[in-house]
Amino acid sequence: MADPQTLNEALQSHFGDRLAAAKVAFGEVDVEVRPEDLTAVMTELRDAAPFRFDQLLDVAGVDYAAYGQGEWITERATDTGFSRGVGDPTTPRLGLTGLYGVQEITEKTGRRFAAVYLLLSVEHNHRLRVRCFAADDDLPVVDSMTGIWPSANWPEREAFDLFGIVFEGHPDLRRILTDYGFVGHPFRKDFPLIGNVEPRYDVEKGRVVYGPVEIEPRVLVPRVIRDDHRYKGRGEQPEERADG
Amino acid sequence: MAEFQSYTLNFGPQHPAAHGVLRLILEMEGETITRADPHVGLLHRGTEKLAESKPYNQSIGYMDRLDYMAMMCNEHGYVLAVEKLLGIDPPVRAQYIRVMMDEVTRILNHLLWLGTHGLDVGAMTAFLYTFREREDLIDVYEAVSGARMHAAYYRPGGVNRDLPEQMPKYEPSPYRSEKELREMNRAREGSVLDFLDDFCQRFPGCVDDYETLLTENRIWKQRLVDVCVVDADRAKALGFTGPMLRGSGVAWDLRKTQPYEVYDQLDFDIPVGTNGDCYDRYLVRMEELRQSTRIIEQCIRWLRANPGPVRIDDPKVSPPSREAMKDDMESLIHHFKLFSEGYCTPPGEVYAAVEAPKGEFGAYIVSDGANKPYRLKIRPPCYIHLSAMDEMIRGHMLADVVTLIGSLDVVFGEVDR
Repeated sequence: MADPQTLNEALQSHFGDRLAAAKVAFGEVDVEVRPEDLTAVMTELRDAAPFRFDQLLDVAGVDYAAYGQGEWITERATDTGFSRGVGDPTTPRLGLTGLYGVQEITEKTGRRFAAVYLLLSVEHNHRLRVRCFAADDDLPVVDSMTGIWPSANWPEREAFDLFGIVFEGHPDLRRILTDYGFVGHPFRKDFPLIGNVEPRYDVEKGRVVYGPVEIEPRVLVPRVIRDDHRYKGRGEQPEERADG
Repeated sequence: MAEFQSYTLNFGPQHPAAHGVLRLILEMEGETITRADPHVGLLHRGTEKLAESKPYNQSIGYMDRLDYMAMMCNEHGYVLAVEKLLGIDPPVRAQYIRVMMDEVTRILNHLLWLGTHGLDVGAMTAFLYTFREREDLIDVYEAVSGARMHAAYYRPGGVNRDLPEQMPKYEPSPYRSEKELREMNRAREGSVLDFLDDFCQRFPGCVDDYETLLTENRIWKQRLVDVCVVDADRAKALGFTGPMLRGSGVAWDLRKTQPYEVYDQLDFDIPVGTNGDCYDRYLVRMEELRQSTRIIEQCIRWLRANPGPVRIDDPKVSPPSREAMKDDMESLIHHFKLFSEGYCTPPGEVYAAVEAPKGEFGAYIVSDGANKPYRLKIRPPCYIHLSAMDEMIRGHMLADVVTLIGSLDVVFGEVDR
């Protein structure tokens, strides 16, 4: 397999400013592209001789809204003692990633939703990950890659279904994994893990109806982020942490 | 003759040839298909979202349930990603065990594929034979992990436990005679490796049997040759991996091109097709059965000669032994922390892929430094293959639909996740 450092340098010298960020971490090349440059950069990545990424393996939607937020205060709890880390469902929680996910996300960062493209070059035997943040958090829009790689079709439908990222130019942007008539985008961090509605059989109506979820969610293991000195300098550090 | 009109046909989701819960909306012109619209997601369980709410190790069991015909390969992809994130390498013996079990899994998967593909196309007999051999391999699964299907055997840092010294035997029963029992337990006198060794001795002969039944069979060839042809460039553009890509003539196999574990030290060949039709994909998979047997034999030789640890000696990732836990304060603490909180990974993003029987199975993990993945994205091979179905089936007849579904080798646990 080709050396990631060499590929990273080749990418930087070829694209220059059009890469919003580029790094090599864990032996993998990871670049970020602005949404307005995406189609042009991706076309060149497929066609330009040193890259020749002839396969788009997958498109992963990511919701960064709760990135770096734990559910359990691991520091500064000396005065109060440590909690169980598991409040009742109405307690405002530190993280949006918990079971409840009831908090509304009001902050608009323009870096909430990202489409991550996993590219592979069969010809040169190298891999690349391209990330593109959608500019608007309320209506995330990213160009569709179906014109460049036909394999983008279903993965983009999936990212639309699960995250609500709209892929402009997609020929057939329908829901794919969720049920017919599903409401919401379940993989968003403000969508509760147990869902909002559940189906049951209604005897009077003689058919299956949807009602609010009745089971009570529980957190068995709180989400914990620890400052581990062994990991200093490996990967990137989260910018700011909710619990200090 | 009445004039044909175009109409729409609903295929599945409860159809024996749909390999699970595939629902197809077929637009037909007479018996010719003009458009196929697969409706998937009937088995969507939100595996990736569930993984976000669990410590890393607790998701291993969910991986088995993705492609439930290639259980350990899925675990392998996930575990490799976690190991990459943690920056740990399992002991060599664990790597050999994983490679061996991956190849056992590949044979398991291909045997099921062969049997059901044949069944769909109308060859009943092969099914009966392939399931006979599958039984032996499932017994191997049971012996090493305790479960016949959903093994949950791999761990970040190795495998759960070493291969057992004794292969379980059939018990006496009023329904079988002494002689039958002796025959059934013939290969089971020794360890799991002995049993697998015996399997590898007779399995190439079994593959010959299947080939006698199918390869030159006139009906089989009529149903498969030149059906759903994809050329090499198109196969790459459509995101094909695994036997689907190799059937189209691209010699691409992650075990060779981006070797993980100990595949670079093993001797095996990559079969490649020429036409890219269903028949070539069949031939590629048949040859993979033989090559997998070769790999297993090499692993058995190595594993017999090299005993050693099968799990990394790092108490922050791998739990201590039961005895140590009862004796030693530190071990008790590690044990408690591992099974309550789990371990935190360094923040960052990794992607690790393995050559699963169906193609490239990858796990993309985004971590923010917590004890649970921030986002887990599974890269399922079948999902991408199935998305190309519309293009591949256009212009073919209705009967070719089942041939193609068989040839795609789709499993819905993985398509729908």
